[in-house]
Amino acid sequence: MIEAEGHYEVKLGPLPTLTGKPTHYCAGCEHGTLTRLIASALHELGVRERTVLVDSVGCSVLAHEYINVDAIQSPHGRAPAVMTGIKRVRPDLLVFAVQGDGDAVSIGLSELIYAANRGEPITVFLVNNGIYGMTGGQMAPTTPEGMVTMTTPQGRDIAVTGPPLDASKLLATLEAPAYVKRVLLPVTPTPAADFYNARGSIEGAKSVRNAFRVQEMGGFSFVEFVSTCNVNWKMSILKSKQYATDVLAKVFPPGLFKDKFGVEKR
Amino acid sequence: MTTARDFLKGNEAIAYGALRTGLNAFFGYPITPSSEIPETLAAEFGNPKYPAFKVFLQAASELEAINMVMGAAATGAKAMAATSGPGFSLKQEGISFASGMEIPMVIVDVNRGGPGLGNLGPEQTDYFQATKGGGHGGYRNIVLAPSSVPEMAAFPALAFSLAFKHRTPVIILTDAFLGQLKEDLMFPEVPAPEFDTSWATTGARGPDRHILSSMHLDLPELSRHSEHLRAKFQEVDRSEQRSEKFQTEDADVVLVAFGICARLCQRAVATLREKGVRAGLLRPITLSPFPTGEFTAFVDRGVQKFVVVELNTGQMLQDVQLAINGRAQIGSVQRVGGLLPSPSEIVREVEVMLR
Repeated sequence: MIEAEGHYEVKLGPLPTLTGKPTHYCAGCEHGTLTRLIASALHELGVRERTVLVDSVGCSVLAHEYINVDAIQSPHGRAPAVMTGIKRVRPDLLVFAVQGDGDAVSIGLSELIYAANRGEPITVFLVNNGIYGMTGGQMAPTTPEGMVTMTTPQGRDIAVTGPPLDASKLLATLEAPAYVKRVLLPVTPTPAADFYNARGSIEGAKSVRNAFRVQEMGGFSFVEFVSTCNVNWKMSILKSKQYATDVLAKVFPPGLFKDKFGVEKR
Repeated sequence: MTTARDFLKGNEAIAYGALRTGLNAFFGYPITPSSEIPETLAAEFGNPKYPAFKVFLQAASELEAINMVMGAAATGAKAMAATSGPGFSLKQEGISFASGMEIPMVIVDVNRGGPGLGNLGPEQTDYFQATKGGGHGGYRNIVLAPSSVPEMAAFPALAFSLAFKHRTPVIILTDAFLGQLKEDLMFPEVPAPEFDTSWATTGARGPDRHILSSMHLDLPELSRHSEHLRAKFQEVDRSEQRSEKFQTEDADVVLVAFGICARLCQRAVATLREKGVRAGLLRPITLSPFPTGEFTAFVDRGVQKFVVVELNTGQMLQDVQLAINGRAQIGSVQRVGGLLPSPSEIVREVEVMLR
């Protein structure tokens, strides 16, 4: 990734921080995009030799197959606790996890909140696609009202389940976290046919790099990527991009919630 | 080599034993009757006598604690957690992961009465949970059972050496009585050992990297991994059985007890001998691997009667039955609810069985 005139470019082709193995992610899924953004940032920062990836449970469970760094598997939702253990004994290491919304916001919300509240210098990348992907499309805590999932066949009824839970907003209420940001990662449709805006990837690249920088400065960093899951949303890839823009990004509007160190301005 | 003399509660002895063997990190959640372990470690944090002790952190939950231990241990640190029954249940998920990923760690379970919240009295009812895996997916732990405060002090060192030697979680299974019991002890001044941590995840240098992986989607691959774990525990079964014998040389009847029950049984053996019964005691120190070899040796020598004394409704009894395999008679003395059998009660029950 190179920075030029205020723009970010994601380097294509092989990287020492990528294994080069084709991913198992479905066509149109943003996990693949994020994998590239993370590998690119790790390469640019030159930190591979002291980086540990903590695999979460969900679609990112095999992240270590693609990101070429040391890795350990965490139980479902516990990645922030595993990261805390690593970082406390080895503050020199760069530690991060890619968690899904089921992993981080449902079963692992306690571990996430407490790691954030302690201001652990670790980085959580949250892929929020509003649904459980790997288990086959069940309701997530982030599922928008009315969305049909395998466990809400009539659409999510918030009178029964409560409304979608906003992790970024929740973490931003805490004193300790240094960097909390939400990015709409998918390409977004434009009025011109066949043209899509890739601003999400640019913003994503910047946010990933800033999240790592914040960790190196001693702060807890959290970036939520509003993403798609066309397979479980049962939509075409293009329609899923439209849905992410029109629906999911309305429930979870992109924004910078916290930036204690002012890394966005630099 | 010098020694340090002390008068400590069992739980305090575990904490100091861990510090003296170079404990690097402790992550705990308070639960009675184990809380003196985190309290002692919190008080000693920063003491220049224990320079290796870098991290003390109170977790928000038992789950958080065991996963913090896992992260710290993944870097090769000597990491430990302590808990009691309900907390030990919550830790099983993490122990299953650590066992599968072959991450060495030490977990202390100060067994209280159960099930559920139960009470704060001593039981040995977590025997199955500790020795048979406890969590999901089929694995085993090494389980050590101290029976005195000096052993509570000594076993953290043994636990860490076994954990790193075999790259597996080690459980110190003790109980509410031993945790609270105060005894005199001597700490030998031995240097904290260094272990091989070449497998640890501390950043990839060059093309090689370390992956502590828990998922093996390919069926033959997981089968191979499970075979590897089984072979490892077969080796543990062969090489790490530990037990202590008390007056068994000429014994016709052998009492079998661990932990606090073994202390009570020593007294019972003495009384039985005064009454003309040639009794002895076998005390398993490793509950897993279970010291099956000793039972075979007794049976081969002609011992026909064994009596298992334990604070549960017959958990170690099953391991004794497997070890004896029908070759001798087995009686059982059981107490639960936090009650201990007095030595004279044990004597009476053994006498009834011998009639």
